[in-house]
Amino acid sequence: MPLNDGSDGFPSALKLLIAGGFGVGKTTFVGSVSEIEPLRTEELLTTASVGTDRLTGVERKSTTTVAMDFGRITISQEHVLYLFGTPGQERFWFMWDELSSGAMGAIVLADTRRLEDCFPAVDFFESRGIGFVIAVNEFDGTCRYEPDDLRSALDLKSDVPIVHCDARDHRSANGVLIGLVHHLITSRARR
Amino acid sequence: MNVLGTDDEHWFDDAAGRLIRPYTVSNGRTEPTTRMELLSMVIATGRRPHGQLGPDHAQALGLCGSVTTVAEVAARLRLPAVVTKILLSDLVDWGAVDARSPDPLADSSNPAVLETILNALERRL
Repeated sequence: MPLNDGSDGFPSALKLLIAGGFGVGKTTFVGSVSEIEPLRTEELLTTASVGTDRLTGVERKSTTTVAMDFGRITISQEHVLYLFGTPGQERFWFMWDELSSGAMGAIVLADTRRLEDCFPAVDFFESRGIGFVIAVNEFDGTCRYEPDDLRSALDLKSDVPIVHCDARDHRSANGVLIGLVHHLITSRARR
Repeated sequence: MNVLGTDDEHWFDDAAGRLIRPYTVSNGRTEPTTRMELLSMVIATGRRPHGQLGPDHAQALGLCGSVTTVAEVAARLRLPAVVTKILLSDLVDWGAVDARSPDPLADSSNPAVLETILNALERRL
């Protein structure tokens, strides 16, 4: 059976990525904004080999099974947003192209106590030209930093928004999504 | 003791481990006949395939009553996505399911689509 394409009554699924270090609140964030309980799926992803055992000129790839949590927001009859929490326990998740291919944008969750955990995500989205915002998840007892201090600590371009949020709170997390889509619209218009 | 958490308890028996090995479900196959992605959309056509469906195919088909994604079917079947794609591609081959690959680049580069998303998100506040 041939695949359908075009205006065939199928809604389009749009992918947003929720990235950041392990334990920063990615699944909590997904759960706060999703209209369904976050679901988990295991996908087989290809990763280029890393480390010291690479032979010159030989591209070695391996596949790894990663678990991803995801949620859904129905936008309209034509569009459905899917939010995928990237696997945070893996240092090299950013090498998995499949995860990011076709993503319309990303949210990088940051914990100011472990700011360096989000560096790989920032580097990755910058290099791939995927629009993103930094969302500082406010944990109890963390001191607040000024956005300018965070911006220089992360070496961020001036147009990348930094917002504060409580990943447990629907309004707050939804506000981060709105900030991201705003950013995607304005950065597109500037191009 | 179940060390993998409650989310995985249907997959595992405390003593026996994983109850059904994933590739048993797919009859040892590792490649779907139709290329599918996590965000491919699927829906049942209403046509019944010839012959009796096995329990896994029947369960997968049962989850396609309204339009959904490969990712959601996989999550609800508690099977890895790659195995779920094989089950769903079988159902596509048998005419029981229609599938459409995502083309998100076309949509997310469209300013009108971004505005639609923005408005929908603002209504949720």
